[in-house]
Amino acid sequence: MAYSDKVLDHYSNPRNVGSLDKNSTDVGTGLVGAPECGDVMKLQIKVNPATQIIEEAKFKTFGCGSAIASSSLATEWVKGKTVEEALQIKNTEIVKELALPPVKIHCSVLAEDAIRAAIHDWKKKNGSADANAPATAGAQASH
Amino acid sequence: MSTDVKTLTQEQRTPAPDGVKLPIYMDNHATTPMDPRVLEAMLPYFMEKFGNAASRNHPFGWTAEEAVEQAREQIAKLVGATAKEIIFTSGATESDNLAIKGVAEMYREKGNHIITAVTEHKAVLDTCKRLEKYGYRVTYLPVQKDGLVDLEDLKRAIDDKTILVTIMAANNEIGVLQPWAEIGKICHERGVLFHTDAVQAVGKVPIDVNKDNIDLMSITAHKIYGPKGVGALYVRRKNPRVQISAIIDGGGHERGMRSGTLNVPGIVGLGKACALAREEMAKEGALLGALRDRLKDRIMSRLDEVYINGSMEHRLPANLNISFAYVEGESLLMGINDVAVSSGSACTSATLEPSYVLKALGTGDDLAHSSIRFGIGRFNNEAEVDYVADRVCETVERLRELSPLYEMAKEGINLKDVKWAGE
Repeated sequence: MAYSDKVLDHYSNPRNVGSLDKNSTDVGTGLVGAPECGDVMKLQIKVNPATQIIEEAKFKTFGCGSAIASSSLATEWVKGKTVEEALQIKNTEIVKELALPPVKIHCSVLAEDAIRAAIHDWKKKNGSADANAPATAGAQASH
Repeated sequence: MSTDVKTLTQEQRTPAPDGVKLPIYMDNHATTPMDPRVLEAMLPYFMEKFGNAASRNHPFGWTAEEAVEQAREQIAKLVGATAKEIIFTSGATESDNLAIKGVAEMYREKGNHIITAVTEHKAVLDTCKRLEKYGYRVTYLPVQKDGLVDLEDLKRAIDDKTILVTIMAANNEIGVLQPWAEIGKICHERGVLFHTDAVQAVGKVPIDVNKDNIDLMSITAHKIYGPKGVGALYVRRKNPRVQISAIIDGGGHERGMRSGTLNVPGIVGLGKACALAREEMAKEGALLGALRDRLKDRIMSRLDEVYINGSMEHRLPANLNISFAYVEGESLLMGINDVAVSSGSACTSATLEPSYVLKALGTGDDLAHSSIRFGIGRFNNEAEVDYVADRVCETVERLRELSPLYEMAKEGINLKDVKWAGE
């Protein structure tokens, strides 16, 4: 399969790879997908409590090149946005930006899920009223 | 706490050693490059010796027929058959179809039961599935963890309606060699015909249709350094005399079993490829086995949590199939884009399902997604093997740094205990 230049670029030089302290109150963690399905994304955000702005974002992804690129792009896009703005990011925008073929659309869906799950986790930690709203919250490590 | 990960830039990659030309082809179970000696044998049959082997009344036809008969002889010799038992086809998919459908139709009055195994090639499985629609009964034998069928399962599956057992000699993904001689013995004791798809085995490991009690056997040229689009079916002529119905109707070529003008240059190529294999198989097998072990050892000495799929003992010398835990196969292929290998990952398959062969072994879906198949071939060398091993290792290391699963495993989390959202 031929990949778009943008997918190749994100795959070769992924942005914002790494981990934030998941126990920190300012950090929201989203873990979506499943190993059996061939893709798992962990996306973390660090939110400034005063401004609600996402100041840092990190990801790690197990998955194909398109999954890695989608999550890498997602971290780029959420950075500098408020949590409410970040919730507006749609998977279709990721598809467009990365020129993903139809068989890879689920990678973009997973990236959108990861953003939502991370924000959900952050809201839950910070006692937000609508924290229980999105049903897209990802896997919870049961340890 | 925030951790950052360094990424591997182009400059940090292992450089290709002198004499190694990129990209490297190491996907010889998919197809093999042509051997120049095979091409040389074929060339005259495109232009000056263009005749139709079925033209009985002029020298153009005789020349073509002579070449075809020589090829028949070359193929027969490689597998211990007689020339008359070799039927030319367009390749192994057709050979499998002809063998299974041909026997099914011819022996319909004797019975309607066929036995095969879950790890067969789709050319066999889908042919069997089609026959199920027409009232045939098919038993799909499971395989053990090492990929081999259990002979006791086979014995139990044979009943008085069984007409055919079709089990491959060597698997195309994991290179595992089924005990075909034992299977053949069981079949003959029970009066059941035995077909084997031996596409990956012929010319790689010794096979003898008489010693091994094989009644029908599919062969193709393009897995043994010959051209694509030509294959053969061995059909036993005595003890027992096997009869098959044709699936292509026409001019009655190949003694009525396969109509259609013969692909003379292709057949010459298949014959030459078999002749070369017969001469060189023993030596080549040892060489490729050493290269395969070198690849395996170089990878396994550097990386932890890599798992070999299928038996190492009963295996083609040139096959290696490994799962690299916590790394998805397609992304690994993307990272080693100057090396041609295959993956059992869903993302690399047309069906978006991970390899059914690996699943049949009990390999979890997660490890099936992480599998890579290496097929070493006649034209690979040590320098290439070392380069491939190093490129694979550095890419796995990089992707593991990117993998949340690897991070969780390192933290001591048992991934099996995690409740995943996607399940």
